[in-house]
Amino acid sequence: MSPAATPARVELDYAGSERLTMNMGPQHPSAHGVFRAVLTLEGETVIDVEAVIGYLHRCHEKLAETLTYAQYPSIASKTDYVAAMTSEFAYVRAAETIGKIEVPKRAEYLRVLVSELQRVASHLLWLGTWCMDMGGALGGGATIFLYTIRERELILDLFESLVGARLLYGFFQVGGVRYDLPDGWATACRETVDVLEGRISEYERMLEDNPFFMARAEGVGVISRELAEEVGISGPLLRGSGVAYDLRRADPYSAYADFDFRVPVESSGDCLARYRVRMVEFRESLKIVRQVLDTLPEGPVSSRPGLKSVAQTRIPQGEAYARIEGPRGEVGCYLIADGKAKPYRMKWRGASFSNLAVLPHIIPGHKVSDVVAIMGSVDPVFGEVDR
Amino acid sequence: MTPEQASTRISERFGTAQIDGESPIVVTLPPDAWFPFAQFAKDELGCRYFSFLTAVDWKDLGLEVVVKIDNVDNNLSLLVKTRLGPDVSSCPSLTPLYRGANWMEREAYDMFGITFEGHPDLRRILLTDDWEGHPLLKSYAVDTPHPPYR
Repeated sequence: MSPAATPARVELDYAGSERLTMNMGPQHPSAHGVFRAVLTLEGETVIDVEAVIGYLHRCHEKLAETLTYAQYPSIASKTDYVAAMTSEFAYVRAAETIGKIEVPKRAEYLRVLVSELQRVASHLLWLGTWCMDMGGALGGGATIFLYTIRERELILDLFESLVGARLLYGFFQVGGVRYDLPDGWATACRETVDVLEGRISEYERMLEDNPFFMARAEGVGVISRELAEEVGISGPLLRGSGVAYDLRRADPYSAYADFDFRVPVESSGDCLARYRVRMVEFRESLKIVRQVLDTLPEGPVSSRPGLKSVAQTRIPQGEAYARIEGPRGEVGCYLIADGKAKPYRMKWRGASFSNLAVLPHIIPGHKVSDVVAIMGSVDPVFGEVDR
Repeated sequence: MTPEQASTRISERFGTAQIDGESPIVVTLPPDAWFPFAQFAKDELGCRYFSFLTAVDWKDLGLEVVVKIDNVDNNLSLLVKTRLGPDVSSCPSLTPLYRGANWMEREAYDMFGITFEGHPDLRRILLTDDWEGHPLLKSYAVDTPHPPYR
């Protein structure tokens, strides 16, 4: 089925008179967080969906107005906590753009390195939880989840030895990064990359040889190119709908122009397309990690190292929008500085917010069980949706 | 289309627009040109990609609405702004043009109290329905207690 041929809403001819309203969430396991969907059903078919969000709202944008440029990066990691590294990246890049702050080359390379490892870790969690949501069809459901979590641990171990934390890092700072690689880290990282590469092929065989997996993913939750652009979805969702748009390539930031990688694009726009895009991204990210390790330049890791901890930063008056390609798509930070120690205003464009906004447009017409498959294929993180 | 060509076409069409920068091109317009400009950008500049919409509270100068729309094929980015003016909290909605504006305008209403004229379903999105006030306004202090109390 071509994406353009999919109607936004399917009108159903249902003989019965009863419509059922079903509340899904906010504590539904497949929501991967706190998300409520109020479904209107005719039989097993969803005819309308109302998405309710905000359960994890902490008003990050107000919070950012009360914290200095040195303090906020470690809080930024709490927006998308599954990909904390890339969240911090967007904020520091916005501040560096306004302040015209130089970042040493080694720091840029380290930023790319951790961002790509983070993408792999995030995709691993997505793959495991999504397949678990789709349940018994996948050899007991939790099998692949336990495999991907096992592999994600390897990356978290690397982050732990680099930063000292496993989930929320505070690794990025305005002007560079906080820590240099410890002794032996590069070797350990290479070994991990080799292990991961083999395991990803294993998952692919497990899933794509499974007719139940294919039946649940193929042709389900089709997002047309037109809808994708209008709603502003990004990342693997956008590329699964036939748009070759990856900020690492379209608007190369940091050191991405130095590395060779492929941007996968699929045209069918369904759950399977999004899966295929992410499976290629795994390998491309690992390829970038190897290139960074091979060509890592010597030098300082920050242009403004602190004497004891992090140096205070004063950013002149100005504004900037910095965007980076996170595992879920365009993570953007629109920052307005008024010359004081704290920003005047910060807008956080969470990739998951826009990605989730596509759900009410694509779910109607599907069965209830497909809702779970579609929601998982979108890979929302509610810390970033609600902020 | 290069950013220069886009800037030229914008200034030809919208004489009142103030144009700045290249990536993104920052366009500042009066509120009455808000919707016509978005229509022009979508149809003629190919900016079909809706990135985000938000607002800024400039205290005595009033509220400013900001939207970012992109042309992903030509890698053209527009950051469009409009000042609503002191004590004005009404702005034309872009939801009829971009379905992505729906949630973003609801968020701007929730956080700033801006009424988007023509929005099909304008209600709070992140805060609860009985919340009082709009937290991202500068007059909403972080350290003073605000109802509702639970």
